[in-house]
Amino acid sequence: MELFANQVLAGIATGAIYACMALAVVMIYQAIDHLNFAQGEMAMFSTFISWQLMQWGVPYWGAFVLTVAFSFAAGIAIERLLFKPLAKAPVLTNVAGFIALYAIINSVAGLIWDFTIKQYPTPFGSSPFLGSQLISTHQAGMIGITLLMLVLLFFFFRFTRVGLAMRAAASLPESARLVGINTSWMIALGWGMAAAIGSIAGMMIAPVVFLEPNMMLGVLIYGFAAAVLGGLSSPFGAVVGGFLVGVFENLVGTYIPGVGNELKLPIALALIVTVLVVKPAGLFGRAIVKRV
Amino acid sequence: MSAAEEVVTEAPAVEAVPKRAMTLGYGTSLVVLAALVIIPLLVKNFIIFQMTMLLIYALAVLALNILTGGSGQFSLGQSAFYAVGAYTSAILMEHAGMNYALTLPIAGIICFGFGFLFGQPALRLSGVYLALATFALATAMPQLLKLGYFEHWTGGVQGLVVTKPDAPFGLPMSQDMWLYYFTLVVSIGIYIASVNLLRSRSGRAFMAIRDNEIAASAMGVDVALYKTLAFGVSAGITGVAGGLGAIAVQFVAPDGYTIQLAISLFLGMVVGGVGWLPGSIVGSAFIIFVPNIAEGISKGLSGAVFGVLLFLVIFLVPHGARQVAIVAQQLIAKLKKN
Repeated sequence: MELFANQVLAGIATGAIYACMALAVVMIYQAIDHLNFAQGEMAMFSTFISWQLMQWGVPYWGAFVLTVAFSFAAGIAIERLLFKPLAKAPVLTNVAGFIALYAIINSVAGLIWDFTIKQYPTPFGSSPFLGSQLISTHQAGMIGITLLMLVLLFFFFRFTRVGLAMRAAASLPESARLVGINTSWMIALGWGMAAAIGSIAGMMIAPVVFLEPNMMLGVLIYGFAAAVLGGLSSPFGAVVGGFLVGVFENLVGTYIPGVGNELKLPIALALIVTVLVVKPAGLFGRAIVKRV
Repeated sequence: MSAAEEVVTEAPAVEAVPKRAMTLGYGTSLVVLAALVIIPLLVKNFIIFQMTMLLIYALAVLALNILTGGSGQFSLGQSAFYAVGAYTSAILMEHAGMNYALTLPIAGIICFGFGFLFGQPALRLSGVYLALATFALATAMPQLLKLGYFEHWTGGVQGLVVTKPDAPFGLPMSQDMWLYYFTLVVSIGIYIASVNLLRSRSGRAFMAIRDNEIAASAMGVDVALYKTLAFGVSAGITGVAGGLGAIAVQFVAPDGYTIQLAISLFLGMVVGGVGWLPGSIVGSAFIIFVPNIAEGISKGLSGAVFGVLLFLVIFLVPHGARQVAIVAQQLIAKLKKN
């Protein structure tokens, strides 16, 4: 029973990261109807920035804030420069754009910081949390940060004018334009926020998976799995999906013999395909009905 | 607003390419063919090997082109089918002692089946979802190949070494040159078959689905069947390319078939021009030679160069090599008039 509780808690902790990634994926999907395949690489790059800042002697939280701000700006810049001109292009062109971005960021990060694995510090320490053997302080910190971010996002979308405008621009762009919302900038804002959320996910998972240019590939696939499970049209669903996927991954790894870390990615694949076959809209998503 | 009221007027996933614009004229085809036949006689073995790889990747890009340019579906998972084909050939040759030429159709058939089955869930998905599922497939493939269960067959992380075939009937040719001509014959066969496929009833069904799925089904096209069929055919050709690749490189290992390969093939298709079959060889040349040049500039930069070039293609020549070819053709016509 202790093992079970332990694994569920550990699952929730990694699930928090998947939830962040899924949330970032869904934010951009909501804004432009495309999946950002470079989301993981953007997060990885941000994490490297924070690492570099710390190497230069910036304290952890200072680096954290600077990195989030940088990622936000970089997300907006990427949208303005590269993806705004592609808004009306076919899906294929957009997918190609994301793949190009993926290749560029991965390669540039490898060039600047090389492919050796680096230690990444945690601000929470790794001693047992509140004297319990079940969960470490870093895992608790991960869960805490994620929940805090979710609450902030909820308030942002629910109670601020900008949040309302962003929701309007995402659900009915033309009507939103008619009431005077600058939908183009709302999309850019969505990109910035997604990049910032991704950077937080990167900085939280880096102490666990260690820092290297390919560290986010597995996390991204699980983020996709979480987003699909929760429904790509539902930010709330993405978060629930993240936690579910995290717990599922840990339990499968513990209780099914022969399934270990080496099957991490195939499990995510199986999960994605199963959800898409059984319930393509996800748990909380809206099914899109086409009218001819 | 209820979900049912939403009117989805999606732009088609891929821009329509008319059937006639998909191939080259006879004259140009013959020139290209003559070049492909003659050049190997004049160059060193290493260059022959590179030309073999050029044809092999061209086949893989062609396969993706049939899927995307023909039926309008995406795949970021071609590396997975390529890997299955490569492993099928390698295992049959090394464990069952089968002739290399016979392993290729088997690799093709197995990949066709694999692609057809993977296409089953895929046909419920469109655009981004399909890209997502195939992306996950490509990332998961190396881990599946490393699995301990199959290690006896696949050689696990180490992979398998494949012996290179000698030229038959005592022909006075180096192994590389024999393999090149063998690959050339296979490629030409597949190219002609693909062109004919796209001109056939099935090809028209693919294109109808690409241009407007609902209209296609209203006209009696079995959308589900043809979508999975396109997936299967594409996977089958990729499998043959993978098998040829394994024989040419003489080695298969899980880390040779990562998402990077899938990205390269996708890039090759975009550069060559989506839906323009001869562009496959241009795209393939691009993905083989550009990394070499990029590595020459700075080690590890090839990804960035790939990405930047891809963006340039998207922004400047969205139809890839096809657009360049058309512009060249018009220029020539103009010069002739003067």
